Order: sequence, then C-alpha cells, then structure tokens
Amino acid sequence: MPVTTYVDAIREAMIEEMRRDPRVFLIGEDVGSYGGAFKTSAGMIDEFGPGRVIDTPISEVAIVGAASGAALMGMRPIAEMQFIDFITCAYDMLVNFTATSRYRVGSSCPIVVRGPAGGGTHGGPFHSLNPEAMFMNRPGIKIVAPGTAYDAKGLLKAAIRDDDPVLFIEHKFLYRRIKEDLPSEDYVVPIGKANVRRTGKDITIITWGAMIYVADDAAADLANDGVSAEVIDLRSIIPFDEEAILNSVAKTNRVIILHEAPLTGGAGAEFAARIAEKAFDYLDAPVKRVAALDVPTPYSPPLEAAALPDKARVLAAARELLRY
Amino acid sequence: MTELSLETHGLTRENLLAIDYFLRLTRTLEERLVALFRQAKVIGGLYRSLGQEGESVAAAYALDYKQGDVVQPLIRNMGSILVAGAKPSDIIKQYMAKADSPTRGRELNIHFGHPDRDGFIGQISMLGDMIPVMAGITLAGRMQKRNLVGMAFIGDGASSTGAFYEGMNFATVQRLPLVVILENNGYAYSTPTAKQSAVKTLADKAHAFGCASEVVDGNDVLATYAAAKRAVDRARAGEGVTLIEAKTFRIKGHAEHDNQAYVPSALIEEWSAKDPVVRFEKALVDAGLAATSDFDAIQARVRSEVDTATDEAERSPMPRPEEAALGLFAGDGYWGKG
Ligand SMILES: Cc1ncc(C[n+]2csc(CCOP(=O)(O)OP(=O)(O)O)c2C)c(N)n1
Repeated sequence: MPVTTYVDAIREAMIEEMRRDPRVFLIGEDVGSYGGAFKTSAGMIDEFGPGRVIDTPISEVAIVGAASGAALMGMRPIAEMQFIDFITCAYDMLVNFTATSRYRVGSSCPIVVRGPAGGGTHGGPFHSLNPEAMFMNRPGIKIVAPGTAYDAKGLLKAAIRDDDPVLFIEHKFLYRRIKEDLPSEDYVVPIGKANVRRTGKDITIITWGAMIYVADDAAADLANDGVSAEVIDLRSIIPFDEEAILNSVAKTNRVIILHEAPLTGGAGAEFAARIAEKAFDYLDAPVKRVAALDVPTPYSPPLEAAALPDKARVLAAARELLRY
Repeated sequence: MTELSLETHGLTRENLLAIDYFLRLTRTLEERLVALFRQAKVIGGLYRSLGQEGESVAAAYALDYKQGDVVQPLIRNMGSILVAGAKPSDIIKQYMAKADSPTRGRELNIHFGHPDRDGFIGQISMLGDMIPVMAGITLAGRMQKRNLVGMAFIGDGASSTGAFYEGMNFATVQRLPLVVILENNGYAYSTPTAKQSAVKTLADKAHAFGCASEVVDGNDVLATYAAAKRAVDRARAGEGVTLIEAKTFRIKGHAEHDNQAYVPSALIEEWSAKDPVVRFEKALVDAGLAATSDFDAIQARVRSEVDTATDEAERSPMPRPEEAALGLFAGDGYWGKG
C-alpha cells in the first residue's frame, strides 16, 4: 500500500477517472503545463494532452459555465477554482444555472467544482474560505468536504461519477500534511455517508474537513480526563448523514458541532436545528457550536489563530456541556 | 428558368416559404399568447418580439439541426426555437404552467430544451450567463468530434454583463464554433443602447475578444440569413467565433405590462415601417418568387396549427402539488434516467 498525500490522492482520483472514462476532463486556470497552483494536476497534461487538461483565462464564470454546458452534452467536467474563494465569482452560474438544471428543465448537469479551501495557512481574507454554507440554501448542488486522503480520493471519484453537480471542498492545509496508506484498487466513498472516527458514549463532536484533527486532539484530551467522546466526520454536507448524527446524539446526549467557517449562519446552525427538531428528547444539554469568529479570516498568524476554532475552545465547550 | 432579381444566398423557393412560415408562426403564436395572457391563462410575463421576428428566424435558419447544431434563444427569440423544431403546443403549455409542458410546470415561457436532444437550450434569467454555457456546449461538441455549431442570442443590454465578456473571451481563445447574434433593438427595458455601451456600434465589442464581427440589418431577413450562414460556415470550418450585431427595434414594450412611454413615438413609427415580415414578403413577390396567395395559404396553416396547439394546451392539467419536492437530484428518478 503506497503512502499518499492528500493532494496526491486528489490527483490520483482525477487521473484514474480520466483513464476510466473519456468523458472526464479538467478545466481551470494554470492546470496544464504548470500543473495547478498547488501542483494538484502536475503531469496530467503529459498523459491527457491540452484537449483534456484545459487552461483557461482568469474567468471563473466561463470555467463553471463552460463545464456546465459540456456536462449537458454528456461530458464529465472537473472545474478547478485556483482557490475556492473565487467560486464566489461564479456563484451566480453555479447556483442559478448548474444547480437548478435538473429541477427546472430535467437536464442532468454533472460537473465537479473543486478547489483549495480553508484557513490556517495565513492566506488572509481571500484565500481562506470555507464555502459550504453559502451553497446549502441553494438546492441542487451536493457538497462534500473530505478530511482524509482516503476520503479525498474516494469522494472525488464518487463526485465525478455522480449524475448531479458536486462542490468538492478540499482543505489546502491538509494537502501535504496528511499522508496515508491508500488501497491500490479502485474504491469510492459514497456521498452522504458520515464516518465515525472515534466511538464514545459521553459526548459527540460532529465536524468535517481539517477540523476532524482538532476534534481528534480534543477527544484524546477528554479521554485523559475520563470522558469518552465520539467524533463524527460528516464528510458530506449535502446530502448529510442525518441518521449518523441522530444515532450518536441518542447515545451520548451531548453534542458539539465544530466547523471552521464563521458561526452565524454556518452549516452548524442547520445541524443544530435538525437535532433540536428530531432528537430533543435525547438531549441532556444544549447543542453547542464551536466555529470561527464572525469575521473575514485575518492574515496575521495571531489574529488568524484567534479567529479560527481550536482544541481549547472545543474542550471549553465540552466541559460546559458535561456540567449539565 | 426565370432570372432572379433577388439574391437568395442559396435558399430555394421552398426554403424561402419555410422561412415565411416560421415568421408568421412566431407572430401568430405570440398574438395568441397575448390573448391567453389577457384571459389570465398565461401566468407569467409575456415579452414580445414584434418587429424582430426576422433576425430570430433568419439566423436560426442558418443552422443544421441534423448535424447537431444548437441554438440558444433569449426571451425575444421564440422564432429561433420554432425553426429548431420546438412545438407550439409545448410553448403554450410552458406559458400556461401545465403539467405536461416540457418542464412540467417548473419553468417559464421558453426556458426549456436540451441542447443534445432538442437542438436548442432555454436560457436562465441571469442575462449573459448563456454565453459561457454555449462555449461549453460547443467545446463538448468539438471534443466529441461532432462538428456542430452553436448559436447564441444576446441583447444589447445583456452584452454589458461580465458573463458575456468572459464567455466571449474564452470561446474566442478556444476558437470554438460559436455564432453570437447581438440583437440591438434600441432598448434594454427602459434603457437606450447609448446608456448601455459607449462603443460606436456594438459589433465593435469584438475587438476586445479578437473574434470576427459583422453588422447586419436585422429587419432584412435575407441579409441576416446570409450573415449568419457565413458565420456558421466559418465556425464549422474551425475558424472560430463571430459576433453579429443585428440592428432591429423593439416595437412593443419590455413586456405586456410596459406601455413604453419612454420610447419616442416617431421611433416606433419609423421602425414599424421597416417590418421584417412585410419587407421579406414584398421582396419575394417583387422577385416573382411567391404570390400573396402563398402567404395566405401559409397563414391559414399557421392559424390552424396555433388553434390546435391552444386547444391541446388548454386541455392539459396543472401539475400535482406533490411533485414540487421531486426531481432535484437523479436519485428519485423523477425525470427518468440521466
Ligand atoms: C443579470 C440580469 N440583470 C437584470 C435582469 C432584468 N432584466 C430582464 S430583461 C432586461 C433587459 C434586457 O435588455 P436586452 O438584453 O437589451 O434584451 P431585450 O429585452 O431588449 O430583448 C433586464 C434588465 C436580468 N434578467 N438579468
């Protein structure tokens, strides 16, 4: 089993899918000879040529729009945003054209939009976005956010094979920090299924993306104090694994939702509401959210660290809940 | 053989009468929609193309739908999808929001059509967005080695959007087989073209992209056909994008609710005298290619088809409310496979 970084897992998924299916192609800025800003597509143009690894002008609307048009014609485009922050430039196209296509007119529009997301890399206000919440309230696009190399590869393959548009949020902090032994055979990770990273009985931490490691660390500390925490890596935001969430809450009766995006109107609000609606009787304490401050992500390391959630805040939240 | 006094650009008498049929079908169908609108049976807005039917029909007639060509109308280009094969009954059902309309009541007016299956694709309302989408459709056609050509309509107002510029630039860089008909009809809602763009003529926008361009009298059916055909031929030969500015005029208000008090009546009179259907038919008669009786026969056929289509649409049921939750993703099978 070869050791693979998170970023290589993404590249391997693209390469294997392009070998498997001639309809799959990659389109984005500097993805060709340069191999992408993070070298995610390094070498791909050598194997597939400029006809299937397409360099574009700096035109996010054109990238997402052209990918969508091609998808209607039966292709399976992967549209890369150089940073996921620039998806906002194509937000209109994605939420109005792509996401609505099937519901409005019955036309399948299976594109994958992927790109580096997330903070912790001192990227500042425009290179640190966690975009999931801004797409959750626009039905028609699936959203996945892998935190492991295994999930990055398996979810990207599932996204490419999916008949509907998928926003694939890859966390750039993890690109080269995460290395795992991956199976050499083909596999997919189903969209919509959570992964229980750690089982526990006293408290549940629901999270995704790079925050799974913060949750792991917090759970280890809690274990030292004799508290057994369950960590659920949601992996898919839309559709999300409601059953996994409710089952865990029914077991632990206390829940923290941890995410890297700002608190107000974040994805956690939806999950908290779902728990309140469907598992109220099981709760021994309020649902607690740990998230970023409600600010654009600041550049300077001390400010960024203060803005983003960390282990200390998760532990504080856990201790508060355990007092009930 | 009588010598033709009219340059018909390779169109036979049969073709010319077919064009006339589509012109009259467009006008008559729109008039029927107005009647249905006044009876509150057309539910959404109604945007007329009166006085502009010529360029919609003539340009779309330059495509080869058997080859897989795709036309993308905006709201005032109903004529173009009729040429591509859209059924009047489907259009009326769309306007009436019926269950068996192509979009099963989810979408309005001519927002329907699958590029591969139907040869046309309806717009979304966000003006400009269809240019990048058409770039993708023609890109896919090239990747699939199908030698198809795309034709996108865009308004003078919509040509101010960022999506228009991004799409045109990308399509030109990629040398995609795309023809863009920029219809300059004088106004975008209440805003005159001079307040949309400072270029001398809208075709000059082509300089920003480096694509071919042409200006044509959009109320001259044969000239518009010829310009579109040249552009389609260039596109099919691999010579890339052409931007055609079709100069025309919006005779009616933006939509049925708009009395267009902001348009000087002299302008409306001036352009009404240049009606594309009247001009086209007169040219055919003057050249001895058709007689008034031909047009009368076409009109009788059109009227009967529109009557039949209206009856069918009126008989159709409204959608069942339970269906509102279905068909967002492939999983529930609402639309069948794919
Ligand atoms: C992005 C966007 N902004 C605003 C509108 C509202 N709107 C609909 S039609 C229209 C005018 C369009 O003018 P033009 O493109 O010249 O086409 P015409 O109506 O003259 O055929 C406007 C402003 C819209 N549909 N899309």
